[in-house]
Amino acid sequence: MSSRDAVLGVLRENARASSEDIARQTDSDPETVEAIIDELEAAGVVRGYQAVIDRDQLESQPVRATVELNVTLDRETGYDDIAERIARFPQVKSLYLVSGDFDFMMEVEDESMRDVSAFISDKVAPVPEITQTVTHYVMDSYKEQGIEMGDGDEDDRLSVSP
Amino acid sequence: MKPADRVDAVPPSGIRRFFELAAEMDDVISLGVGEPDFAAPWAARDAAITSLERGRTSYTMNRGRSDLRAAIAERMADRYDLEYDPETELLVTAGASEGIDLAFRALVDPGDTVAVVQPSYVSYVPGVLFAGGEVLPVPTREEEAFKLTSERLAEAGAGDADVLVFCYPNNPTGATMTGDELQEVAAFAREHDLTVLSDEIYAALSYEHEHTSIATLPGMRERTVVFNGFSKAYAMTGLRLGYALAPPEAITAMNRIHQYTMLSAPTTAQHAGLEALSSCDGAVAEMRDQYDRRRNLVLSRFEEMGLDCFRASGAFYAFPSCPWDDAGEFAEALLEETGVAVVPGTAFGDAGEGHLRVSYATGIDDLTEALDRVERFLA
Repeated sequence: MSSRDAVLGVLRENARASSEDIARQTDSDPETVEAIIDELEAAGVVRGYQAVIDRDQLESQPVRATVELNVTLDRETGYDDIAERIARFPQVKSLYLVSGDFDFMMEVEDESMRDVSAFISDKVAPVPEITQTVTHYVMDSYKEQGIEMGDGDEDDRLSVSP
Repeated sequence: MKPADRVDAVPPSGIRRFFELAAEMDDVISLGVGEPDFAAPWAARDAAITSLERGRTSYTMNRGRSDLRAAIAERMADRYDLEYDPETELLVTAGASEGIDLAFRALVDPGDTVAVVQPSYVSYVPGVLFAGGEVLPVPTREEEAFKLTSERLAEAGAGDADVLVFCYPNNPTGATMTGDELQEVAAFAREHDLTVLSDEIYAALSYEHEHTSIATLPGMRERTVVFNGFSKAYAMTGLRLGYALAPPEAITAMNRIHQYTMLSAPTTAQHAGLEALSSCDGAVAEMRDQYDRRRNLVLSRFEEMGLDCFRASGAFYAFPSCPWDDAGEFAEALLEETGVAVVPGTAFGDAGEGHLRVSYATGIDDLTEALDRVERFLA
């Protein structure tokens, strides 16, 4: 594994790991790790660091929805043009071009169901190339970014074993 | 009721006392665990569940399901270029431990000498004694990174032994041996006509070089029994599934005992094992990467806190020198004062004297906390 991949491996698991800790885990030194991280950030490989949150434990729980979008393209407009236009809205948390029955899969977040609905009907649906939207409100979350939202399993191993 | 003499002659495991001490305490972080902290990959667990749903709850053939044996033989051919006939040269066992016990009972006559490379997994010596054999310890040394050499073998008098048993990557030291390093061991075994029992249960967890099986070396396949299994690589310890690979006469003898005592390895586990071989290599690689990171973390922290430790390169153990004269006392004090459990090296034979087995099969947060506590304890 290259040291770049090794550093990324630690960061993807725990973005808050200190340079010292990353260095220990990757058999490197903190200066090298910091240089690699600077390089990853400058090259846009690492775009940000975010906490993975169990929203059930928040006082105000924003409403999330996954929205299917169908579009028609013309000579002047491609997928990228439409995507850029939609992605700029802060309510849009992720946007993917996907295969299958629809074109884009969009994840939206706002304060209330009314806000999400208004956003879809006022901002997204009127985009001329968008021919159809199907909104799925998120009712419960079981796993976020690879982390399960349940209580987790206890370590039931014997405390000392051969 | 009076136990038989040969059982009385074997003392209880030295690990047991620490288990009991640790069990009485709260907030223990254990670095004394000899098994993965991961659960088996979901695909393997799912295959086990499916087999139960379909009512696959009967015995299998004594030797194990033929599809599983074929898959294991194929894996050995792909990975090591070693051909074993799944019909006659392969036995599926209830964990590698059963296989090792079968080999002792099937290949050791009363009075035969079994050279046991130490520090060693706790089961070899009792296994030899239960089989009526004599144990010849072959100590390895920290300054040689706990590798086995022909010099150590000769020094211990292993040339006169009948059987040689060792385990690389090693429990408890974390030592590994390259193919080159195994050459002189193989030469010694050929020269002195030793049967070799090679416990390769940690084969998937070698961090600095590819694991080499001694059976791949010239003239070794015909005198070697290889033990491997699913416990460590696939985090399936509780499913109890291992296998032994050897020439037909050894497998036939081992199966003779197995068919009367175990009948067959757990059926549910065999279904899980087949799935593990066919779809869980990615999960194994991911776990190995995690162990490797923890290994680096542990070795770096030991160095920083001045705890002398050779560069362990396999399994999920480090084997630092104990800063106190008595490793047992140290481990007890560490546990009582900091709640961190480690195992004194003497639990793995006299050659473990002055050392501690530290398992890094623990999540990185707990591991970090435990290392912080050890550091404060040493300060």
